[in-house]
Amino acid sequence: MKTPLFNLHLDAGGKLIEFAGWQLPVQFKGIREEHLHVRSKAGLFDVSHMGEIRIKGKNALKTLQYLTTNDVQTLTAGKAQYSLLLNEKGGVVDDIVIYCLSPNEDYLVCVNAANQKKDLEWFLAHNQGALIENQSPQWAQIALQGPMAPQILLKVVQNPELLKKLQFFHFYEDQWNRHQMIVARTGYTGEWGYEIFLPWDDAPSLWEALLSESEDLWPIGLGARDTLRLEMGYSLYGQDLTDDITPYEAGLNWVVKENQKDFIGKTALRPPCRSRVGFLLLERGIPRTGYSLFSFDKKEIGKVTSGTFSPSLERPIGLGLVDSSFAKKGEKFFVKIRQRFLEAEVVSIPFVEPRAQKPIHF
Amino acid sequence: MSAKFHVPEENYYTKDHEWALVDENLVTVGITNYAQDSLGEIVYVELPETGQKVTQHEPFGVVESVKAASDLIAPVSGTVVEVNDAVQSDPGLINDDPMNEGWLIKIEMDTEKELAQLLKAPDYRKLIEA
Repeated sequence: MKTPLFNLHLDAGGKLIEFAGWQLPVQFKGIREEHLHVRSKAGLFDVSHMGEIRIKGKNALKTLQYLTTNDVQTLTAGKAQYSLLLNEKGGVVDDIVIYCLSPNEDYLVCVNAANQKKDLEWFLAHNQGALIENQSPQWAQIALQGPMAPQILLKVVQNPELLKKLQFFHFYEDQWNRHQMIVARTGYTGEWGYEIFLPWDDAPSLWEALLSESEDLWPIGLGARDTLRLEMGYSLYGQDLTDDITPYEAGLNWVVKENQKDFIGKTALRPPCRSRVGFLLLERGIPRTGYSLFSFDKKEIGKVTSGTFSPSLERPIGLGLVDSSFAKKGEKFFVKIRQRFLEAEVVSIPFVEPRAQKPIHF
Repeated sequence: MSAKFHVPEENYYTKDHEWALVDENLVTVGITNYAQDSLGEIVYVELPETGQKVTQHEPFGVVESVKAASDLIAPVSGTVVEVNDAVQSDPGLINDDPMNEGWLIKIEMDTEKELAQLLKAPDYRKLIEA
């Protein structure tokens, strides 16, 4: 499948790959260069492959409360919330962001592209009387991220005053080509930035308008999107989160509101035996998803869920799921890389200090 | 797109995109310009020690970009007699100059007969232009 920006990616020299059935650029100039550019200037990401499910009607809140782990009741119009869908065993069906358009009765749920079909079926199977609509085909999504993102977006929107007031994990409605556009101060990089939802066919003109505003805004591929999120310790569904990993194992306790409400999977949740850790590899090498982790006496204690060479830190980093006794800062273990046992040390996540939630100075 | 990659006549090549420059029984090995371009920025390289034996068509090391790891395949069998320390401390050298400064190892080859299994420049050109 092609996003509405497919031809623009080709023209810009993007190296295209298939991701969750979509043809998307993995890189333009190079992953490391693009990564560092987003940390110092600004980058534009095509995330039109992401799914959008609309939950409406008088039972919209009830349905979301039952299907998700975070407390949807706390959302007011214009607020967004990171949350999870769990299966009956407490494993993660997907990680999502809920955008509250109107409390109690109208929400837009952003889901992972690879999980869109699964999530939609899950919603329909456990619906508590809401109107559930797959709006993925109509919404394109563009993420504008980096320290220069606010100044660049300010020049393009119709309501700059609303943009200036926008708080982290809030959104407002603006217009592009006289069509509705949702501008959310959210992202997957840890930088100041926005995720913009707009009608599918309007995406190319906004993409080009943003790029023409500043030479310092570059298109960025999926490769840097992955390394940027990994430096923040953000989970990637399919690697750090799966149907077999619970939120407590994944270190996402803060999005689970067990005491406030009932939801699918709640009764299966237990204190975990394994835990999410961030680690630095202390020797030369690169940890990759699926590599095994060992104690110093060579007992297997877990797996690498994500790993890379961090462009910001210029050293190898990783996320692992380990026996909980190893989930302490300063704890050391081996990563087995091609028959060699290389030493790693547990560090706190994020690996790099995020800027996203800090106030923006326009 | 691959016409942009210079493929020197004097080298032998593997299907896995290594080049081999033969000087009597000493074979210098690296990855081709095409290979470094496909991999993207190389951030890590793992090479054997001098004295180690390598076998034709089998992995002798690994190069890794931010995104992926790729095996290095030995073009001939023999003994590693020299390793390029410069690329271990600065793997980007492989991207910058894969056919010269970014060489990887030198092998004292066991038998010249194995060279018949390698590609010559025109065939390698066809391979990357396919």
